[in-house]
Amino acid sequence: MSRKSFRQAINEALRQEMRRDERVILMGEDIAGGKGGTSGVEEAWGGVLGVTKGLYTEFGPDRVLDTPITEASYIGAAAGAAATGLRPVAELMFVDFVGCCLDQIMNQAAKFRYMFGGKARTPLVIRAMYGAGFSAAAQHSQALYPIFTHIPGLKVVIPSSAYEAKGLLIEAIRDDDPVIFLENKLMYDEEEEVPDEPYTIPFGEANLTREGDDVTIVAFGRMVALANQAADLLQKQGISCTVIDPRTTSPLDTGTILDCVAETGRLVIVDESSPRCNMATDIAALVAEEGFDTLKAPIRRVTPPHTPVPFSTALEKHYMPDADKIAAAVRSVMAYAAKQEA
Amino acid sequence: MAERIAPITMPKFGLAMTEGTVVGWLAKTGDNITAGQELVEIETTKITNVYESPVSGMLRRQIAQEGEIQPVGALIGVVADATVPEAEIDAFIAGFEAETTRKSDDGDTTATPANTIIEVGTLRLRVQDSGNAHSGKIPVVLIHGFAGSLENWMLTQPVLAEQTRVIAFDLPGHGESSKSVGDGTTRTMARTVQDLMNTLSIDRAHIVGHSLGGAIALELAALGPDLVASLTLIAPAGLGPAVNGVFIEGILTADRRKTLEPVLSLLVHDKTLISRQMIEDMIRFKRLDGVLPGLRTLAAASFEGNRQSISLLAALENYVGPVSILWGENDEILPVANADIIPDQGMVTRYAGTGHMPQLERAGEVAERLATIVTGQDNP
Repeated sequence: MSRKSFRQAINEALRQEMRRDERVILMGEDIAGGKGGTSGVEEAWGGVLGVTKGLYTEFGPDRVLDTPITEASYIGAAAGAAATGLRPVAELMFVDFVGCCLDQIMNQAAKFRYMFGGKARTPLVIRAMYGAGFSAAAQHSQALYPIFTHIPGLKVVIPSSAYEAKGLLIEAIRDDDPVIFLENKLMYDEEEEVPDEPYTIPFGEANLTREGDDVTIVAFGRMVALANQAADLLQKQGISCTVIDPRTTSPLDTGTILDCVAETGRLVIVDESSPRCNMATDIAALVAEEGFDTLKAPIRRVTPPHTPVPFSTALEKHYMPDADKIAAAVRSVMAYAAKQEA
Repeated sequence: MAERIAPITMPKFGLAMTEGTVVGWLAKTGDNITAGQELVEIETTKITNVYESPVSGMLRRQIAQEGEIQPVGALIGVVADATVPEAEIDAFIAGFEAETTRKSDDGDTTATPANTIIEVGTLRLRVQDSGNAHSGKIPVVLIHGFAGSLENWMLTQPVLAEQTRVIAFDLPGHGESSKSVGDGTTRTMARTVQDLMNTLSIDRAHIVGHSLGGAIALELAALGPDLVASLTLIAPAGLGPAVNGVFIEGILTADRRKTLEPVLSLLVHDKTLISRQMIEDMIRFKRLDGVLPGLRTLAAASFEGNRQSISLLAALENYVGPVSILWGENDEILPVANADIIPDQGMVTRYAGTGHMPQLERAGEVAERLATIVTGQDNP
């Protein structure tokens, strides 16, 4: 056990699975480092943010494939390779680029098992980074997990820390269905204790990072840490929160969400994707339908506004959910309850 | 003669502890306390434990308030004679804090021994080798139980390390050791302990075994009596018929906090000792590749429902060295009634109000008892 960054945890998961199973291959733009251009360095980068560093030199060009900048072709190739016996991990770099290859994911990979009478397996992982806060502007900052969650046949994973990332990525690689694995780009340097050995975290099992009596907060990916910061703050003011990290949006652990709401009676959902038809609306609908009797106050959602992500750092800061906004939402549902009881 | 003013500092429970929370003071400011009296309850991420006063005198100050988090070694209280003026105590506190700041600027000189991975045959074992290897005293080897780890000795090891070299390690299939357990029998595990001692150039040691580790200790005594200077068995398996099959099955099948908490609660009499972190650590341990098959093999080799399929009574009777057997009267996993079959009841110490883990629940008494065994002053 040692401290590892989110980046190292993902790298270690890829490395250990590639050592364990030679069917695991990597594909993507610049994942081998673009061969270093004219510098002559064989592995100059290891991915645009260094996540795949050292894998090209260990596993060679047969298993770490630098692809042309044509998402439709290599995501399609990865889906085909998965259907015919390999276990590819394809990297889409920025999730925003899914626009170029959505047909391969939505109409092909996600449908193989269903269209081929349950006889085809598609053990494909597509990794991509998501999220704002990098001042990378509107085409490189989106949190598009609701789009994937909407498509039956895909599993969608959003790790909230280094420990979670390693276990969930190994689970994704060993899974026989297509898995979309989304990494928040602000988290790559965040460190925590991560076991050196391989381990798996099952999909569809939410993690409670804390348990409280007053309000349930559901948060995804990087928002989990912000929700915990808000909960620390609120604890000092006498409000105790449960924080749920669902880990996967598909499958979604609806049972844990409903159970926790039944205990606290109040729900705040934190989702950094655009507010219409996102995970916050999905979970709000679930609880309104199946947990209405347990609610003591209206459900509150903390999301960005329905706009493209601004490039301006000042505007981007306003755009993003943060601990203060989460705490304010929690206080507002508590205030509602107090008003009702008065 | 003690110093006129004595600092009470944040204790270090186990090697991994860096800070602790003051849960509550068990003495009020102005109370006269004696050395060994329960003084303050401290919570770490791993455990909540009562800290006993190292000195006698009047508790003059509670510096750390309830709920406050302080690093190990920080001043949390002051004990002094009633005659010491307040101003002198203020000066002592100011001086202590200045000294602490100076020391921390110098860097941490009391580095704790790191865990090392040692190759033993085809296995890799995580070992915590602490204490003084040149004390001239026989070393101690601590063997944890089923689904445990070397961390089960976090309150025992530091006390013994003041006396001699102390080896705690993760058995195969546990902690951060290799997850391959072979046939999973206590005999195979005992051979691994033998190999480990050999690798560490230890030809004779005081062997302390807890639970399934107690059965392994007995196997080791049968395998190589010369290796074993003394046997201390804490709530051991292998003696008596009963085991709580619900616990074994629960460890194997429960994988979420809600289902695992009642299982782990069987370990202790005081259920508040099972912290959120302990449950999380068990969940994380069970997620590691190879852990579940290993635990299943180990369980199948020694337990069958509510019965133990192993008996090491003969090994106990054949062993000629000193034996101490410590058992909690409220053990919910290996019931204390199992101890009734031990022919020499003089060996057995029973602790009231204590569950399956006396080395946590009666940490002070157990560590002290072990220290007397190590120093040859034990008189059972």
